[in-house]
Amino acid sequence: MKFGIEEVQHIALLARLGVSEADLEMFSGQLSDILENFELLQKVDTTGVPPTSHPVALSNVIREDEVTPSLPSEEILANAPREEDGCFRVRAVLE
Amino acid sequence: MTDTCYLTIHEAHELLQKGELSSEELTKAALERVREVEDRVSSFVTVTDELALQQARRADKRIKAGEASPLTGIPAVIKDNMCTRGTKTTCSSKMLESFVPPYNATVVEKLDALGFVMIGKANMDEFAMGSSNENSAFYPTSNPWDRERVPGGSSGGSAVAVACGEAVYALGSDTGGSIRQPAGFCSVVGLKPTYGRVSRYGLVAFASSLDQIGPLTRDVTDAALVLNAIAGHDPRDSTSVDVPVPDYTQCLVPDLKGMRVGVPKEYFVEGMESGVEEVVRRAIDGLAELGAEIDWGVSLPSTASALACYYIIAPSEAMANLARYDGVKYGFSAREADSMWDAMEKTRQHGFGPEVKRRIMLGTYALSAGYYDAYYLKAQKVRTLITREFAEAFGECDALVTPTSPTVPFRIGERVDDPLQMYLADVCTLPINIAGIPGVSVPAGFVDGLPVGMQILGRPFGEETLLRVAYAFEQATEWSRMRPAM
Repeated sequence: MKFGIEEVQHIALLARLGVSEADLEMFSGQLSDILENFELLQKVDTTGVPPTSHPVALSNVIREDEVTPSLPSEEILANAPREEDGCFRVRAVLE
Repeated sequence: MTDTCYLTIHEAHELLQKGELSSEELTKAALERVREVEDRVSSFVTVTDELALQQARRADKRIKAGEASPLTGIPAVIKDNMCTRGTKTTCSSKMLESFVPPYNATVVEKLDALGFVMIGKANMDEFAMGSSNENSAFYPTSNPWDRERVPGGSSGGSAVAVACGEAVYALGSDTGGSIRQPAGFCSVVGLKPTYGRVSRYGLVAFASSLDQIGPLTRDVTDAALVLNAIAGHDPRDSTSVDVPVPDYTQCLVPDLKGMRVGVPKEYFVEGMESGVEEVVRRAIDGLAELGAEIDWGVSLPSTASALACYYIIAPSEAMANLARYDGVKYGFSAREADSMWDAMEKTRQHGFGPEVKRRIMLGTYALSAGYYDAYYLKAQKVRTLITREFAEAFGECDALVTPTSPTVPFRIGERVDDPLQMYLADVCTLPINIAGIPGVSVPAGFVDGLPVGMQILGRPFGEETLLRVAYAFEQATEWSRMRPAM
């Protein structure tokens, strides 16, 4: 499996991950090696085997819908890189 | 250094109860030890001196009032991926370098309720991704048995702090071996409980179907005591399981009569150092002398596929969990950017280190259109096979034993440029997370002065059985009492 520069760029874009020119080369080589190693999975016979998404077979864990206190918004916003009027400040989505 | 630094939890508790030692003295001794060795081992990200001393004085009052639990007033270190209200929680990442959580993880709350003394937060591989602590964005941690070598990871700081007397016990997290492998490399006890045994609320998420919190301690009794304190259902973690929590110290008996212990042959294959193999085989002979019946013929044929299975599932879950780091709500945020997307890409480019980026890309690829069936779905099916094989083996055996790692601690820098070699460091530990079963690493001996761990595995929620095997072995050997020369 060859994971070329263009593939790295495409995946980085999907993940919204900026990658420098030098890192593109490095990741291309390393991801190629890793994915080549993963090819052995394709040889495992999994006919009729259901997938496991989770080690404990739980589904739809629900609780009573009770009102409980939330953290104060000042405490939440204390870690915000930018805030304004009690809100997270974000960059313009539409230019 | 004083001997006080190397007390176990139960020894320290006894002295505290008798009034022969105060929590303040114990905490000061630990903090002094941190000052003495920290520039050589770098196991802490943050040292919380003042908080620790306040907590210690409060614990002393509680002890005097006769309200002490076994953990009251015992200084500990918490891996820096568990939220501590008012104390930075960095995940050893630039992304969270200045993040101060507004709430405590459930495990921290549980310890707090028992009279917790926290002396600091432990260094780790960034976002718990790594096997050597070299992926810390701040500085690598050194192995106290040989400072040219890695302590293992990702809970390397936790393991080192316990190994060299900086803390009496530590909490770590284990997604593919991150408690057990550094415990093995540093000659301490490291327990990964069954998935769902301990709440993950407030643990910074890496791979949600694999992550589990557990103790790193100087002996097996201490591991049982810490598990007693942190186990149990938590309504804030819907994947924590509502099964009763026994007193884990009750199972600690020094013989293995009537127990059947299996040795899966796939764990003794290529890439294993002969010295490690010898130590572990000798340890298994020791289990036989303690009365266990050993089955050397156990086979877990899908073991060879576990590494690939893990490195598809874990990065896939990680890429989703790490999507939250967008530079808006908390954490690092790139200032100079042309647009919203540019800001997000630059935030993630400069906030994450190379291993985190590699795993985000691997996961993104495995989940992307056209590859989902071939990678992610396939890995989930192999996960079923691995889980089934363990279940079958536990139909015949009470416990399984393996090496914790195929090698002794490797040299700092030796594997950093070859991620696949680094991934192989977890080859004996990651199948256990895939299956969700519990595992513990106990000190099993040394090769040329470097520690070797033996891993003991049990049925889901069968921590009592594996702790019994670990305890009997520990009581019959001297390995847990060995200390690094520093």
